[in-house]
This record gives sequence, structure tokens and C-alpha cells, in this order.
Amino acid sequence: MKKSYQSLEVNLTNNMIQVIYRKLTSNILHFGFVILLTFTTSLSAQEGDPAKGKSLFNANCAACHTLDKKMTGPSLRNVEQRLADDEGLDREWIYAWIKNSAGMIKSGDAYANKIYNEYSGAAMTAFPQLSNEDIDNILAYTAEEKKAPPVPDTDAVPTGDAAGTSGGVSNEIILGALAILFILLAAGLFLVNKTLRRFASAQGIEVEDDSKRTPLWKAFVKNQFLMLVTAIFFLLASAYFVFGYFMQIGIDQGYQPIQEIHFSHKIHAGDNKIDCKYCHSSARVSKTSGIPSLNVCMNCHKSIYEYNGETTPEYSKEFYDGEIKKLYDAAGWSDEDQKYVNEGTPVKWTRIHNLPDFVYYNHSQHVSVAGLECQTCHGPVEEMEIMYQHAPLTMGWCIECHRTTNVNVKDNAYYTKIHEELSKKYGVDKLTVAQMGGLECGKCHY
Amino acid sequence: MSSNKKYWKSVEELNENSSIVEALKQNEFVNEIPTDEFLGDKETLEETSTTRRDFLKYVGFSTAAASLAACEGPVKKAIPYVVQPTEIIPGVANYYATTIADGFDFASVLVKTREGRPIKIENNALAITNGNANARVNASVLGLYDSLRVQGPSKAGEAISWDTFNSETSQALTSAVAANKDIVLLTQTFASPSTSKLISEFKEKYGNVRHVVYDAVSESAALDAYQAKYNERALANYDFSKAMTIVSVGADFLGDWQGGGFDSGYSKNRVPDHGKMSRHIQFESNMSLTGANADKRVPLTPSQQKTALAKLYSQVVGGSVSAQDLPAHIEDAISKAASQLKKAGSNGIVVTGIQDVNAQTVALEINEYLNSKAFDKATPNKTRQGSDKAVAKLVADMKAGTVGAIIMSGVNPMYTLSNASDFAEGLKKVDLSVAFSLKVDETSSLTNYIAAAPHYLESWGDVEIKKGHYALTQPTIRPLFNTKQFQDALLKWTGNDASYHDYIKEAWGTTILGGSSFNKALHDGTFVGAIATETEDTTEIVESEEVETPSGNAARALAASVTSDSEFELTLYTKIGMGDGQQANNPWLQEFPDPLTRTSWDNYLTVSKVDADALGLVNTHVATGALNSNYANVTANGTTIKVPVMIQPGQAKGTVGLAFGYGKTLGLKEEMQTGVNAYALYQGFNNVQSVTIESAGGEHEFASVQLHNTLMGRGDIVKETTLEIFNTKDKKHWNAIPVVSLNHVETPVTSPDVDLWDEFDRSIGHHFNLSVDLNACTGCGACVIACHAENNVPVVGKEEVRRSRDMHWLRIDRYYSSEESFEGDNDKKDNISGLGSSLSEFSEMENASANPQVAFQPVMCQHCNHAPCETVCPVAATSHGRQGQNHMAYNRCVGTRYCANNCPYKVRRFNWFLYNGNDEFDYYMNDDLGRMVLNPDVVVRSRGVMEKCSMCIQMTQKTILDAKRDGREIKDGEFQTACSAACSNGAMSFGDINDKSSKVAKLKEDNRMYHLLESVGTKPNVQYQTKVRNTTEA
Repeated sequence: MKKSYQSLEVNLTNNMIQVIYRKLTSNILHFGFVILLTFTTSLSAQEGDPAKGKSLFNANCAACHTLDKKMTGPSLRNVEQRLADDEGLDREWIYAWIKNSAGMIKSGDAYANKIYNEYSGAAMTAFPQLSNEDIDNILAYTAEEKKAPPVPDTDAVPTGDAAGTSGGVSNEIILGALAILFILLAAGLFLVNKTLRRFASAQGIEVEDDSKRTPLWKAFVKNQFLMLVTAIFFLLASAYFVFGYFMQIGIDQGYQPIQEIHFSHKIHAGDNKIDCKYCHSSARVSKTSGIPSLNVCMNCHKSIYEYNGETTPEYSKEFYDGEIKKLYDAAGWSDEDQKYVNEGTPVKWTRIHNLPDFVYYNHSQHVSVAGLECQTCHGPVEEMEIMYQHAPLTMGWCIECHRTTNVNVKDNAYYTKIHEELSKKYGVDKLTVAQMGGLECGKCHY
Repeated sequence: MSSNKKYWKSVEELNENSSIVEALKQNEFVNEIPTDEFLGDKETLEETSTTRRDFLKYVGFSTAAASLAACEGPVKKAIPYVVQPTEIIPGVANYYATTIADGFDFASVLVKTREGRPIKIENNALAITNGNANARVNASVLGLYDSLRVQGPSKAGEAISWDTFNSETSQALTSAVAANKDIVLLTQTFASPSTSKLISEFKEKYGNVRHVVYDAVSESAALDAYQAKYNERALANYDFSKAMTIVSVGADFLGDWQGGGFDSGYSKNRVPDHGKMSRHIQFESNMSLTGANADKRVPLTPSQQKTALAKLYSQVVGGSVSAQDLPAHIEDAISKAASQLKKAGSNGIVVTGIQDVNAQTVALEINEYLNSKAFDKATPNKTRQGSDKAVAKLVADMKAGTVGAIIMSGVNPMYTLSNASDFAEGLKKVDLSVAFSLKVDETSSLTNYIAAAPHYLESWGDVEIKKGHYALTQPTIRPLFNTKQFQDALLKWTGNDASYHDYIKEAWGTTILGGSSFNKALHDGTFVGAIATETEDTTEIVESEEVETPSGNAARALAASVTSDSEFELTLYTKIGMGDGQQANNPWLQEFPDPLTRTSWDNYLTVSKVDADALGLVNTHVATGALNSNYANVTANGTTIKVPVMIQPGQAKGTVGLAFGYGKTLGLKEEMQTGVNAYALYQGFNNVQSVTIESAGGEHEFASVQLHNTLMGRGDIVKETTLEIFNTKDKKHWNAIPVVSLNHVETPVTSPDVDLWDEFDRSIGHHFNLSVDLNACTGCGACVIACHAENNVPVVGKEEVRRSRDMHWLRIDRYYSSEESFEGDNDKKDNISGLGSSLSEFSEMENASANPQVAFQPVMCQHCNHAPCETVCPVAATSHGRQGQNHMAYNRCVGTRYCANNCPYKVRRFNWFLYNGNDEFDYYMNDDLGRMVLNPDVVVRSRGVMEKCSMCIQMTQKTILDAKRDGREIKDGEFQTACSAACSNGAMSFGDINDKSSKVAKLKEDNRMYHLLESVGTKPNVQYQTKVRNTTEA
């Protein structure tokens, strides 16, 4: 059997895993970050600007180097210091190396050849465009001391909580006050009644005995009209609820399964503003949006091995780093050796958006031709820590959109003639999808 | 008032002391009811703690649990690649050009793959040679996913590794050389330059190597004749598009004659163009596809064919041939054919299917004499290279024990040899026997080693289909199983470490390409080179018999060879659906109805009505309408087989026919083990045998999809005319629009005045029409299989077909005339008057003529603009689209079947069962492997819904979407349906009639255009082009 399948659907016979709603913490915890401001090391002879150095580093070096971890190239924290201490090489050597590493290797420089062989003969790209001053700046940046890991400010948490509970208390007070009021009212009425009876007996008026009267429920039961009305009411009500129950079968709006690897769309699409179609590239040309294969993940994650963004107690840095580790395992990537060590194992994602088999839906029609935003159907993906099904995906929902949305005919020669003729026929400026024939059964069911 | 009457229940009651009466009074059932039998034994029943109440509780609980569980959807997993291949985009099909060369079918094709799975075979439009896939080639994709394929190499039934295989076989080969015994390679026709080169290297290495090429259905006589005449072992190549007068003596050239593939050329001249079309005269004994398409068909026995061919020779070329006299009408037909040929000159052509060197030589000589333009001597066919004598000698040598090793590839002699027992005996004396095989079949199960061979869609290869016309085979999927090609093994045996791909590439670079790009050739699938490779001579061991070539001698020899002492002459033939039988485990082909008998899942003895009556053979219809028959014992040279009988109109008296390809017993599912093995009668590789026939009684059940044979004079279904009338008379004489009376004025039914319905405006956007040209359609059925593959049409099996529950969305109706011609039927019907006359004459018209005219008519959903089905659907599951397609929403259908009842064309199909994932229908949709062939863009229908042709809406929508994405208008020819794309004969054209420049829009305005049952007023979007027959005698 051919093993390499894209989105091989496996219908599991067990029941649907209960949808778990992880309530997104509404109270955003406030963290105070202790920012360790940069201070330059006094050891350097020539001072550079670490801020400029950082941007230069990110632009030129970050593809292969990080400060604290060996990647395609060695880690660079305090590189100058280390070179000076271990090898006795000065900054001039570094200038020469960066501007023309291949040349140095050729010239037989001992350390240059050593490092070249250590990284299995992968020569560093030459950067002749960097001036000495630029390199100074970069070195200044590398000489910065390591930042303390961002620790959530625990002091801030209670205040947040207090703010949250204070809202609850005020509600309770109102409710409590109302309850006391009702109790007082009931007691008052009871006392009034008692007093009146006392007056009545004192004046010799006989109070009718309660037991002789027909109890209310009996009267109710005897009243056929009321019974009929009640029966109809209950029947209608139960029919309403039963209908409601049946209508939601198979509709999984809000379906939010826990995946094998915690993938946060919020971090990728929201914080880092990665285009949806960078990963879901087949949405442009195919009927499926395509779940990105792991090599697409590794395009970035070869160099992004840790998470440095905002964290919460639930999703800590350790948690996210652990998930990146899971990705490495699945892709067969060894972070230590910086290379693929095995074939990897495909990730079994749980499919969230499941259209029935009898519906033909084409992403490229909607994404490329109509130019719709992904969010139109998939909701605020950029805010979703855990992906969930935003739309009901019912036929009514599709039809509603087809009735109200105009066809995007701009600069599309296919539509020119047909749009002109049809809009004249219907007497409108812009045609809806429905008017183009987008409600015909056979357009989606075949 | 009470009655004292006593009612007697039996005479026994008269006897007062009867014990029986007494016993019956006491007990309703005299014998104790054997409850143990269905309840289980007493002990278990007593021991069990489950009471009846408990049982009911369990039932109730499980029902409730099941229904509750049904409310929750299943969890679906989506598993992406780890590393996605760059050429694969999920949801987008890739196409690869490749070539099938299985020894019987040779064609350049395009393979549609989805997510790396081949799902459909299409025609390769870039191929100049054999770019057309027939029904079998279309169906071959399913063979890839055959669950019975051999999954790895094995030795005596035990799985071994390829390394073990290579080392053990190499050793055995070396010891065979040491023992001075022959090494024999027994293979199919590869027609592969690289394989030939490889085999010659193998010969060099081992010395005593003999390569025997074996075609299951032999064309040896034609090859011998061509070789003797032109010094090249090949088959004459004919381009029928250059022939205006075609005379065929027993050649089924629209079928599998000499490798097939001639039909698209033939069809080109069948459509009247500027008042001209070709004239086709067929002399034959079985009713073949070719005979059914002929303008004039003369039934005669095989020995009469020889005489007829000899006489034709003497009348065309000249020279006297002393031949016996033939019946007057045949003599007349021959002389008319001869004069037409002479008149046609180089536009004429004669072909023959008689397996006789002299006959083949005569045909070549006539064509040579005529200087026929259609006879292409420069590029002879190389698709058959087998030699009967070499095979016969091999069997003898094997029995003599001089063969030390036999390596087979692509052949199954134990099934296809008439003397299979001799072969089996010989095989026991061979030290090393290896079969490269897809299956554990009749042969490979007897060999020492089974070398698991890949399907052609998993293989590399090259083919020289015609001289200088090359084609490449490339894999379209990674091998599903642990398989190796025969050529890979040859490379190993010759000590070459290269892969076969590299070997081909190298061989092409040095000898074939002449500097052209290999990648370009691979992309196109074909390459026409200036340099032809040498055909490997596989006839060296045969002592060449003197074939008399001097002019006229062959004809005289042919006439002299006629002996007519036999009672019956049997002609063995191949069906367009089953061919030589190597795809017998293909359910699409099993269920594919034979174009002529319209019977699936069977082969049978075709007998003429006269002979059947004389022998007491009958075809009967049972209550459901299904066809039954009795059996006949057919004996040839002491071999007797029992065959069901099919009474075939047009079968020549004194002849019978039987198809190859059935009766396989190994390597196929039980359901597929249908029919009888006709190879048992294929003695001496002669497809004509003199036989004796006797009725064997019994009752055989046929699965026929069409149970009525004649048109009953209803000329509005298949409209026909003759070329003469077509050229000289106005359209209203031969293609009149039916009229109805409106206020006592005859009004055409197409007029809006007589229409019940309001017309929709369809002038905007696309409006699809499908045109079917009855002149170009040969009835080959490639479209039927293409439709199966494209639309996930299920296979229902023989029993269900018998109940008329076949699911074909597209059927090709076949009609016989009851009189000599359909015109005669119409006249007869028109002249019926009175009750007596109508009763007798209508029932006469139900019977086909002894030599009827035949018409084929592909019928699919007609996509009526005023569709009767749409108005009766209670749930609006079927509705009309603006683009002219009649939509069918399966998920909305509740299965009332009103639509099918109301459809005048009977094209709707009901899913009586769940055909997928159901082991009751063990064909291909019930296993994971078989399901890989399903088209992911089309729903697999469930039980209880109606389905029908959608006019391939998934394909038209795809074309529209592609254009939208590119922002361009759609050109004519871009719109296709599966059937129109599969039709290489130009019979089906599909397109947008709102595009006035399109081909189909022009066809709609053509004089020949008519709609099926126009008088019903359904306004279909499928049009037919009136059939024109060239009946002009010279």
C-alpha cells in the first residue's frame, strides 16, 4: 500500500470525544515583566550599539545562529569573549571571517578550518555587505547578558482575582437583599392575615374553613378547558424541544477537540500574523484547504525551538516548548544534531470541520475566485488558542450566505459576459451568488 | 337454526377406531416439534441464567444504546504527510502518460491520479498511435487494486525474499547451463526494444537461451504471411480513415482483430461528409461488432469464407481459381464487392481474419494490387509476435526433458493452451520454473517460484507499438506490494546493477531518441522516431515452411484447402469486454454487457435460430423476463465441453461461436468464475474448429441487460436512412419532426404552442448538450466503463443483473431488425390493419431476422428541459439546473422511485442495496484496496436512493472553476463528460450550445439531429444524429 496519504480520513467507530470547552480565561492576568535593561560590557574595546546589532542579527544571522543554542551554526553569546579566551583570536579575525569565511578556510587558517570541519563542511555565507561598524553592533548585541526567563508576576494575580470576585459579590448582595425583602414581605403578609383573623374572631365573624373549599389543583383538574390548554401547551413545548434536539444532531458548532499537538492559531495567525494560506496553501487551488505537512512547520521551527511570547499559568513556556518538542519528534528532527534523524510519524489531527460526504465544497472557489477571508467561515481564528468550529456548517447557513453575497466579478474575464447579461435580466447592479445559480442542488450535491 | 351437518375432514374419520383421528384430536402436531434443533440442546438451555425477560431487557437496552450512539458523529482523523511531495496538491488530480502493453492490449493512455492513486484511464491525445483506450484498457485500473494479487515472491507457496529468489534462481540457471539444457523465456508479446536488448544480453550470458513469444489468441498466420512477403515479423497496418470501400472476410477489425485499435480510423469515414461516406461489406459467420456496423453483411461459414476470399481475389486481381460454387446470394455479393473494390481502386481495402497463411497472403496481395492507401507498409504493427510452432515445439521439448529452466512472464499457458495437460506434464520435467505473475493462477500455481509481478501502472517499460512509433510506460504509484518486474530480474541475472528505468533511459538515449529529450518523451508518453529498432527474431528455431507467394498461388492454395465435411464449424472469438481473459477478475468487465448479446457475466455458444430449432436448443424467458437457456455439448477432436446456448440472429447457418476469456478457475473471486474455458477447443491455435453439437438439456441462467431485441418498427427511436435518400431528399422525408394536431392544424411538437410547460430562458451562461452520432458509434463500450470509473457506479453481480437491477448510467442499446432492414420493419408496421393482422404481425416483429440489420444507441439520462421525473418527485430531490443538467440530490432522495416510473427513457437506476462496504457484494467496493479506485469528487450512493447520469457535472463544474480561477473564458472542447472523453470514434461530442461556435451547437443545427422520443415533448439536452447506411451497390 502506498503509505503517503494526505488527509487520509479514518472513521473511528468509537463515540465522539466529548467536546471540551476550555473556557478562555476571561480575566487576563496581568504580568509584570522585569525587564533587564541592556548594559554594555566594559570589556569591549570598541563600543557598539546593541539595539542596532539586534536588528542586524535578526536580519542576517538568525537563520543559522542563535545566541544560546547551537543550530546550523554555533551559538554566538559572548562569541568575541570566548574566541579571545579560548583561541586567542581578536576582532579582526571575526571581521575577516564574517566577510569571507570561504577565503579564510582556503587560506589555511587553523581555527577557520577547524570550525568548518566541525560543522561537517558547511561553509558560512559571506557577508561582504556588513561594515566593521555593523559587526561591532552585532558583537555588542551578542555580548549582552542573558535575559532572565520571563516569570509571571505572581503579585499581579491576586489583584486580578479580587477584581473578578468583586463583581460577583455585588450581584450576590443585590440578590441577598431581594431575598430578605421577599422574606420580610411574606412575614408581613402572614402577620396581617393573623391579625385580621384575630379581629374577625373577636367580632364574631365566622371565617370559612379552608378544608370545605375545593383545592386549587382539583378545580384545575376538573376544568376540562384548562386541562386541554395545558395539555396542548405541554405537547407543543415538548415538540419544540424534541425538534430542537433533533435539529442539532450532526451540527458540531463549537466542536473543539484536543489535538495530539497543541497548535495555537492565536500565536501563529494572531501574534505572528502568518498568512493562513502560507500553511494552508492548497486552499488557493484545491477543494481542500489542506492540513500542512510537517515539512511546512519545520520551515520555521527549525530555528524556532522555544516559545518566547506571552504565557499564562495554563499555557506556560515549558508547555509550549514541550509542544514544539512533540513536533520535532513527529517530524523526525533532532534538535541537538540539527538534522533529520528518522522518517518521523505523521500527526493524527482530529478533523474539526466535517462536511458530510454528499456535499462538494471547494476552497479555491471561495478563497481564490470569491476572495473571501478565511475568517468569514472559520471565525476569529487569530484569537483561537484552541481551534474550534465557528460556523454551524448547515445547509441553511451556506444558502443564507449565497443569497446575500455578491459575486466577485472584478477583473475576471470569465464573468464579464454572463454578469452583464444576467444583471440586465434581473435588473440589478450586482448579482448575488444565488442569482448566478448558486442555489441549484447540483452545484454542491453530486 | 343449528345444523346437524357433519363436515368430514378425511376418509379416515369414517373409521371409528382410527388411531390417527384420535391422535389428531389430542395433538395438533402429531410429531413433536424439534425445538432442540433451533433452540439448542436442553442442557445448555437449562444451565443458562438468561431468562426470556432478561433477553428482552438486553435487546431493549442495546437498541436504545445503539440509537443514542447514532446521535453522535464519529471522530474523523486527518493525517497529513510528514514531507509532502511537491507535485501533489491534495484535491487536485495529476495526469501521467503511460502505456499499457499486457500482451493483448497495447495503448498509450493518460492516467488520472488523485493523492498518488491512479483512479482513471483516459485517452492520450498526444499519441499518434493507439492513443485510444478501449473498454478493457479503461477497466485495467481496477486490476491494480485487485485484492487477489500476489503480494511477494514465493517458492512452493512459501513467501521468500527477493534476495533468496535471485540467488536461488541464478544458481539454478547456472546449473541448467552446466547440464547443457535449454533455458526458455516464455513471454507475452512485449514489443519492447529495451526488453529485446535485455533478452539478447541474457542469451549472451547463458548461451542456451530460447525466447518463445506466446500470444494466447494467436495471429501467427498473419505474421507468417507478412514475414514471408515483407521479410518482417509484424502485422499489416491499416489506416481505415483512408479507405472508402472496405471488404472484410471474417475480420472483426472493430474488435480485437490483429491487436485492435482500428475503430477510430474507421469511424472517420462513417459520418457522411459532403454526401460521401465509406462502404463496408462484411463476410462473416459469427455476428461480430464489425458485422453489426457493416452496410452489408453476408453470413457464411468459415470454409465458405476461404472460397469467397479466393473468388474475390480472382475477380479483383484476375487469374482463375478453381473453387467450389457458393450459394447464389453469396456469389452475387462477392462479385458486387469485387466490382466496388475495383471501382474504388486505391481507396479500397480487403482484410481477413481467417487464420491461414494463404488467406492472409491473399488479402495482402489484393491490397498490394489495389495499391490501397489504407495499407501502411512503412509502419507495420508489432503488437503480436507470437509463433505457434515455437510454442508447440517448446511443449514437445519440455516433455522430452531437454528444457532445464523455464521463465514465464505475462502468459498463462495452463489456462490458454488447448493441450494444457501436456504443458503440465512437461513442466514437471523442468528443473527450474518461474512465473512472473500478478496472480496465483493456473500456471503460476504449478511453478517452483512465483515472482510477484507489478501491474503496468507500477512498472517501467517501453513499447514499439508500430515500427518507429514508440511509447513509454512509467509507474503512476509506488508498488503496492513487494513486486519486481521481469526485466529487473533479467538485469539481476545478467549481473547488471542498473534499474530498469536507467536501462531504458540509456537504451533510448543511444538508439531511439536521436538527440530528443527523454523527459519530453516520458511526458508525452510517445515518441515517433526516425530509427526503427530491429525486431528480435523469435522464429529462428522454426524450420520455415515454404509459403507460396507467386501471384495467384496463394489464392489457389486457399481455395483448394477448403474442406466442408464437418457438421458444424465453430469460430472462437474474443469479446470486446473480456478479451483473452487476463482481466477475468475485473468486476467492471464481467458486468460489462456484450454489445451484441447484451449479456454480462457469461460466455455461451452462439447458434443460429435454424440450427437451434434443429438441435432442440431453446432460449426461454422466465417470469421476471430474465433469459434462460439449455446447454449443448460441443465436441472437437474428442474434447467435449458443455456450454450454454445463445440464439444469435445473424449467425451463419451451420456455424457456432464461442468466446475466449471465461472459465478461469484460479486467481479470481468465486463470483468472477463465470462461463466455460473455450481455449480447450483452441486446438492447433486454429480459431475455426469443426465440431459436433448435441443438446445437453439443463437450464442455464443468463444475466442480460436487454431482453427485447427488435424496434417493432418504431423508427423514432433509432432514426435511419440510406445515403441515397440522405443525399437526394429533404430532411422531412428522413428526419421529420413529429406533429400533433392543434386546432386541427398539424403543429410540430417542438413548437411552444403545443407545450404544457413554460420555457425557461437558458440563453445566458452555459447550456450543455451532448450529441451522439449513431454513424460514428461502433458500440465498443469504452464509454460505459469510463462512466463506471468516473462516477463510482457500483457492480451489482449476476443475480442482480438478472433482476434488471444493473446500475449502468450509460447503456448501449442494440436493436435488430425483424425484416431484412429496419426500413422493412417500418413498412410492415405501417401496413398492419385490423386486429388479426396486428396480433400476428406484431408478434412476428418481436423476432429478429436471420440476418438482421443492427443499430447501436448509447442511452444515458437525456437531461430533459421538460423532465417528467422532476415533476413527480415528492421531495424535490431531482431538479433542473440552468446549465441544462438534470440534478439529482442523493441526500434528499427518499426512494419512492416515481421518477424512474415516469422516465420515458428508463435511465434512472435505483440502489436496491448498499453496494459499498457490503460483503454480500464482494467485487471491489468492499475492501480497502478496491475502494482506492473511487473518484473522491463523486458521492458513493447508499441504499434506497435513485441515481442516474449527471452529465458529469463534477467535470463541467471543474472546468468552470478552473476558468474562473484563471479569469478567462472557456474555449470549445474544454467541456467534457467521461463518455465523450472516452469516445475515440468521435461519436460523442459535448459542449455548450450557447457558445454558437462550438461543435455541439453546430451539431444541434445539423439536419441529422433528432431527439429520442421527440413526440413525448421532453426537450432533451442529449441529441442523436440519424444513422445513415451506405446501401449503394456498385
